[in-house]
Parts: sequence; structure tokens; C-alpha cells
Amino acid sequence: MKKFNKFVPLAIALVLIIGALTACASQSSNTKSSIDRIKEYGKVRIGVFSDKPPFGYVDSNGEVQGYDVYLARRIAKDLLGDESKVEFVFVEAANRVEYLQSDKVDIILANFTVTDDRKKLVDFAHPYMKVSLGVVSPKDNVITDVSQLKGKKLIVNKGTTADIFFTKNYPDIELLKYDQNTEAFQALLDGRGHALAHDNTMLFAWVREHEGYTVGITSLGGQDTIAPAVKKGNTELLNWLNEELEKLGEENFMHKNFEETLRPFYGDSINPDDIVIEPGT
Amino acid sequence: MQDLGIRVLIEGNNLYRLMGGLLVTVKIALISVIISIIFGIPFGIVMTSKNKLLRLVCRAYLEAVRIIPVMVWLFIFYFGVPKLTGIHLAGDVVSVIVFSIWGTAEKGDLVRGAVTSLPKHQKESGKAIGLTNVQIYRYIIIPQSVRRLLPATINLVTRMIKTTSLVVLIGVVEVLKVGQQVIESFVLQSPSASFWVYGFIFFLYFIICYPISLFVRKLELRWKE
Repeated sequence: MKKFNKFVPLAIALVLIIGALTACASQSSNTKSSIDRIKEYGKVRIGVFSDKPPFGYVDSNGEVQGYDVYLARRIAKDLLGDESKVEFVFVEAANRVEYLQSDKVDIILANFTVTDDRKKLVDFAHPYMKVSLGVVSPKDNVITDVSQLKGKKLIVNKGTTADIFFTKNYPDIELLKYDQNTEAFQALLDGRGHALAHDNTMLFAWVREHEGYTVGITSLGGQDTIAPAVKKGNTELLNWLNEELEKLGEENFMHKNFEETLRPFYGDSINPDDIVIEPGT
Repeated sequence: MQDLGIRVLIEGNNLYRLMGGLLVTVKIALISVIISIIFGIPFGIVMTSKNKLLRLVCRAYLEAVRIIPVMVWLFIFYFGVPKLTGIHLAGDVVSVIVFSIWGTAEKGDLVRGAVTSLPKHQKESGKAIGLTNVQIYRYIIIPQSVRRLLPATINLVTRMIKTTSLVVLIGVVEVLKVGQQVIESFVLQSPSASFWVYGFIFFLYFIICYPISLFVRKLELRWKE
């Protein structure tokens, strides 16, 4: 153990030095305009998810699909004149910021929720989607207002926004907490709780497969938005993106996107305005 | 409604994609293993050197590789190096570099252990009959230590094959990631997809790793004679 302890500071120092150096290096920005560089390369590199249907996923034929991807293709078309001039880079939730910081992608369109912490690291454009909490309950005992939950058991996932929201704002509602999605939904099916709170998009997809349940409360609490992100300080691309998004907002592009990519997934029971934001409006 | 989850394996291009992912896994692992063995043996011998400074440098390298997780190394080379130097390396190249660095260190330590475990008189006898240092290593030390460290090396190789699943974090889509893509795109239609897909991937890893074990068992038997 002694030897190990000797090397821990060494390892930490190494990581810190590398971190410090990278921070310095990123200060010196390139002189060439970022949009010119994309045009020179001939393709816009956009980071998307490859396993998060219906937002960004790969279908059985190996094609990238989804709500984020649909927007990405349109961005490529307006920037470079052709829908196919986009290079999809598959990112993970944990490395989205790194991809931008190291210039490995131009734009991240991977269901990136806007938070204050992330704003310090990347620049967000106008939001194009929103997520909020929903509450699902059986149709024959439907809960349409939070006040109805008093004295009843509500199922949530441990540590999620739903858990935090109810613990903070409604301490008198009894919460049943589970680690896994599957456990939580099974608990609702078994009747161990009266209702279940989760991200509304997740619930919309779930009730489609489960007759007898409905999302009584479709949007609740502090609404989070989802926006495209670019590298911190890349104002040129950010401004272009914002103008582009405003233009798309005027032509109701996101609603069209919803009909093409999300409607087949969520069915007719939901109102697009619970999810979609037309940017700039 | 309830359909057989096994169907997702043959739906569309899925099987082809999974095999493509497997090829990526095997390619990264195989190249790294070969490089690790080529560099690991001399590295291990250098580690037994009497020169203190040389030993310290080797020790620092080995411990740095062991203490810093492979995932962090991948991040440093894939995201850190471009930020510093502007040089962009492809994800699979970075994977091979990192796995080779890791493999060389581990293989080197195995070699060091095997060499020092040989009785001292082996080396001394060699000297007594007038062999040079190179000849002692070529004819006495290396052949004996290679046999001793065979099981540990195979352990390292299979560990490297399995650890390649980390490379997805630097954008390399290998077999496990393809599996997740397949599962997630079927998550509503067939909830049992994960069972079949992961089962199939388990089988794929098995048919790569098992022949290696078999081969080694044969080798050991033959050497015993």
C-alpha cells in the first residue's frame, strides 16, 4: 500500500498538468472563421446519440434516425446546400462537452439539456425542445392535479429530477423510490403506488404500450429545455445557428419534425406543444 | 404483441452490424496484443536491470499506467492531445496506442516477475560455461520465463479483449455499442431484446477467448513432454 500512496500524488499531478495545459491551449483560438472551415471540409460534423430513440438512434438498416438527426440534416442542407453533407459523430452523454472542446464536432445535437453548469463550458443556441415532469396513473383512478396526490403513494426513480422535485416541493407526498426504470414501472403495474412521476417524454412512450394508463399531468415543475450546443466562444457559428433556428421556427419546422419522427413513437394521445419548441418564438 | 426477442438479431442488417462491431473489437485487441508482447519482453528485461535510474523510470511508467484508469488514458489521447497540439488521431488509432501502452506495461511486469523467479544458478551456470549475456538471455532465461508466464499472458490477453468495450467513449463503435443500438431501437416493440442481444454478444466474446485458452492448454501440454 505504501508504494501506491507514493504514486497517487504523481498521477494526480500529471492529470492536473495536462488539464492546465489544455486550458491554456484552448485560449489561443484559430484565426480562420469557423464557418469557412466547415465549408472547406465540405461536411458539418454533428454529434448525435446512437441509442436514444426516438431522438437519435440507429435503425435496423444501420441508418441514423430521430428528432435530433432530422434537425441535423436540415442544418447541413441550409449550411452546405445538401442534406447529405453531414458527418454524424456518435457521442455518449458523458463525453458531449469533450467533443466540442477538442474540436471533434462542430455542433452537438444530442438531447443536450441546458443547465447553468453546462453554460460555463459550451455555448447553447435557441432551444428546440423541452422536457418536464409528467405523472402517469391508471385511467380509472386518474390523477390530474398534484393536490390529488396528498396521502397517496407516488413512485419515482431515485436521484432523478422527479425525486428531487417532489422531495423539495411536496414533502407531504409519500414517495416510493426505485433504482431502475423497469422496477419503477413494474411497481405501478403491480399497484404498489397510485401514480408514477418521470420525464414526460418517457411516459408518453410508455402509456402507448400499456392500455389502461394515462399521463394525467403532462407537464409539471421547472421546465428544462434542450438546445444545440457549439464550442465556447465560437460566436460565428452560434450566431449563424441562432438565425437558422429562428428561420426554422417561423416555418414551424419543429412541428413538422415532430410529425415525422416523434408521432410514430408517441401516437396520437399527446399534444406536440408539450415537447416541441419552435426556436426563437 | 409478445414476439420472440431473437428476431431482432436477424432484423435488417443487425447481424451484419454486430459482426462488423466484433471485427472492430478483434482488430483493436489483436494489434494491441501483438505490440504489447513485442515491446513488453524487452521492457520486462530492462526492469530487472541493476541501474537504479533505469529501474525508477520503468517503475514510474508501470505505476502511471496502472494507477490511471484506461478510460482516462483514452480521454487524454483522444480529447487532450488535440487540445494541446491540434493533432487529431482517429478513435481506433488512439485505442491501439492506449491499449499497447497498457499491455506493454503489464506484459513487462509479468516478464520481470518470471525472469527474477528463475533460480540464480541458471544465470551463473551460463556464465561459467562462457556464454555472453545475450546468449544467456537467448538460450536460458527467455525460453524458461516464456513458459512460466504463459498463463498470466493469456489472462492479460483476454482482459484486453474485454476492456476494448471502453473505446466507445472515444467514438469507436465496437460490438457492445452496436448491441446497445440494436436493443434501444427495439425497446418498445420487444422488451426481451436485451436478453438475446447480450446473450449473443456473450457468445461472440466466448468464441474469441475460448480458442485462445484451448491453444495455450495444448502448448503447455506439449512443453511438458
